Amino acid sequence: MVRFLQYLGGGTLTNFTKLGRGARFLYLTMAGVGSVLPRFRLLLNQLYSVGVLSFLIISISGLFVGMVLGLQGYYILSDFGAEETLGVMVAASLVRELGPVVSGLLFAGRAGSALTAEIGLMKATEQLSGMEMMAVDPIKRIVSPRFLAGCLSMPLLAALFSAIGIIGGELVGVGLLGVDEGAYWAQMQAKIDFQDDIANGFIKSLAFGFVATWIALFEGYDAVPTAEGVSRATTRTVVNSAFSILGLDFILTALMFGDD
Amino acid sequence: MVSIRDLSFARGSHKIFDGVSLDIERGKITAIMGPSGTGKTTLLKLMGGQLCPDQGEIVVDGQNISLSSRDQLYDLRKRMGMLFQSGALLTDMSVYDNVAFPLREHTHLPESMIRTLVLMKLEAVGLRGARGLMPSELSGGMARRVAMARAIALDPMMIMYDEPFTGQDPISMGVLLHLIKSLNSTLGLTSIIVSHDVVETSAIADYIYVLANGKIIDHGTPIAIKQSPSAWIHQFMTGAADGPVHFHYPAKNYIDDLLSTGKRY
Repeated sequence: MVRFLQYLGGGTLTNFTKLGRGARFLYLTMAGVGSVLPRFRLLLNQLYSVGVLSFLIISISGLFVGMVLGLQGYYILSDFGAEETLGVMVAASLVRELGPVVSGLLFAGRAGSALTAEIGLMKATEQLSGMEMMAVDPIKRIVSPRFLAGCLSMPLLAALFSAIGIIGGELVGVGLLGVDEGAYWAQMQAKIDFQDDIANGFIKSLAFGFVATWIALFEGYDAVPTAEGVSRATTRTVVNSAFSILGLDFILTALMFGDD
Repeated sequence: MVSIRDLSFARGSHKIFDGVSLDIERGKITAIMGPSGTGKTTLLKLMGGQLCPDQGEIVVDGQNISLSSRDQLYDLRKRMGMLFQSGALLTDMSVYDNVAFPLREHTHLPESMIRTLVLMKLEAVGLRGARGLMPSELSGGMARRVAMARAIALDPMMIMYDEPFTGQDPISMGVLLHLIKSLNSTLGLTSIIVSHDVVETSAIADYIYVLANGKIIDHGTPIAIKQSPSAWIHQFMTGAADGPVHFHYPAKNYIDDLLSTGKRY
């Protein structure tokens, strides 16, 4: 029993200490963001590797998710003779929930794991220590540009995911199952609200990008500098990001749509 | 140049230094030697301010490291070069960009002047022709020479070498020895070499400190160290397999162990 309590106490202390280190790391990273803007090229390189290179997986996944929504939505709505509202169902599902959440999860898997592995390996090969000894702050030079790129890329990727998903839904609903094309788009235009749907989806994707990038960068920076340590850190990035995104999604959804 | 007084440092419950004091003279090559795991690299990190001592003071060029602010520490580091055991080259940059990195970060020199300086530094280590290569295309010895060129890019007052000879073939070793010696004399540097390669380090060092069990156990010129009456120093300098540092890890009687049955360990 005592051993169990010791284990519990030790684990709690470790986790709170790590949370403290993470918060301090976030503060230093955000403080370093100001130094990124005058060196736009650093940001541009990271926007490419974090954002542009994630585009393929996001767009293909968005297309398939939209196609499945079109198919499932059609079968359910046609039972009620409401297949003309397929566009609304596909667009609302994507813009409100699936766009930010699924692209957040994919972003954590594709870009987040790459960021953790890159920074963890830089630590393991003493590149970060080397920078410190050259009087170059690795947080400002390495971490902050990646953080900013992650925060900027994620809303754009989520928007693309939703847009491509809507096209996927149309391909199946209109092209394959015969829903009226005018109804698909007109119902969507009439029912999708800018603030309730698009702006809230945007805020969600921004929050998910912020959290996923923070976790990825911190896990890399805090990794034990060995092959096993980097491997564990990469796994933690994907797992912790997934939990954080799904948990945060529930909280944000409750706050945004709780009064409806 | 460097003065360390009564330094104590521990990682968790493991005490690495216990009251270490030493002085490193300006313009000289000073070696810090000792077996693996005695904290030689940790000592360099303490001198560079990457770690903070638990007790004692480290003064580099008149500046107390533990009392320095972050900005003061960064200013001091611009005057210090460090060669890491792995080279620590930035793997996403070419040899040229690696050497140009500190110049671009800390100076506002035009690119044409940076080019001239980079080529001069690379010429000094014999790798001007390799400037277009990436770190992954370099041998271990070449990577350390590039790291040397980068370490002298800002014309520092001192360079710290962390195990510069480990894992090098005889030719690379000879090149590195020559470079450390010649850079020290031509650029008027102060060099600190952390190493357990006795023969190579003794050949170029002006003064040697021997570190073991968290303390300085001997110091002096290479000749004085070689003639030390201490059995431990004699074993370390000659590389004898057995002596005060035993060849065998403590174990129970060999015959009893062979004849016993049951537990594997």
